[in-house]
Amino acid sequence: MFVALGLLLGRGLQLDPQALPSAMVDQAFPQFSLTALGTDESLSREALLGAPALLNVWASWCPSCRVEHPYLQRIADLGVPLFGLNYKDRGEDALAWLGQLGNPYRLNIADVDGTLGLDLGVYGAPETYVLDAQGVIRYRHVGVVNEQVWTQTLQPLLLQLGWREN
Amino acid sequence: MLRWSALVVFVLWVQAAQAVIETYEFSDPAMRERYRVLSNELRCPKCQNQNIADSNAPIAQDLRAQLNEQLQSGKSNEEIVDYMVQRYGEFVLYRPRFSPTTAVLWLSPVLLLALAGLTLWSTVRRSRRAAGNSGLQDVERERLAKLLQERES
Repeated sequence: MFVALGLLLGRGLQLDPQALPSAMVDQAFPQFSLTALGTDESLSREALLGAPALLNVWASWCPSCRVEHPYLQRIADLGVPLFGLNYKDRGEDALAWLGQLGNPYRLNIADVDGTLGLDLGVYGAPETYVLDAQGVIRYRHVGVVNEQVWTQTLQPLLLQLGWREN
Repeated sequence: MLRWSALVVFVLWVQAAQAVIETYEFSDPAMRERYRVLSNELRCPKCQNQNIADSNAPIAQDLRAQLNEQLQSGKSNEEIVDYMVQRYGEFVLYRPRFSPTTAVLWLSPVLLLALAGLTLWSTVRRSRRAAGNSGLQDVERERLAKLLQERES
């Protein structure tokens, strides 16, 4: 009896209570109509389609985003289509941030009010979504992307979806 | 006494002031009540042991704004809850709906209670049976009766 209880509670300690399965996995990326960061160019869901890609939710107010930024640059250098969702940020702050640290993103969606974030089920930056060529969400990673997350999760998933390193 | 109660009032007042994050005006008391109930039953996805009513995380703030907006536009409770679950999963509900994944959650109290009842019943029955049987055999019982009789006489 106590052994069983011990095993159950021991298992509970190993689980990460912060890890939430996204309700959006295997759902189509939501429709949106927002502008590209720093411009008036309007963007919609179609801009993300055509190839397996990563979509990274970031903001200049987010310290962990600064931590993962160099690694995102390395992933982008491998030829991964990396889209940015600038989440509840001020345009000028976000542009200054990219100017200072470099811009790994193919394009940045300016989600000033967090409406797309809400439709995506974002609950905090950074989050990284894996999309397939048809724009279906295949995976959500919450937190910093690092070597381990890339090699163990994101890269295998992208390869499986047909992405090839260039 | 007056000083104490003044202190109590002061402390409570300060906490109440902290708890209010932003306020929404409702002309309809029924709608205000629905806002209160829903914001207490929806869970903040970021700060996981708080509902959206008492969390001041930005996401809870957004969800409260969304809740207010949807109530004002005449959405039903089901529609609002569906909207939240679609985005944040069953996790956002402090009172999850009954489904195959939540069946264990809903049924385990009943099962545990039944198990407890069964254990109690069998324990009581065993101890009753033990009380009825003193462990003496017929021969011994006769001897005991005889001994007691001898002592009395």
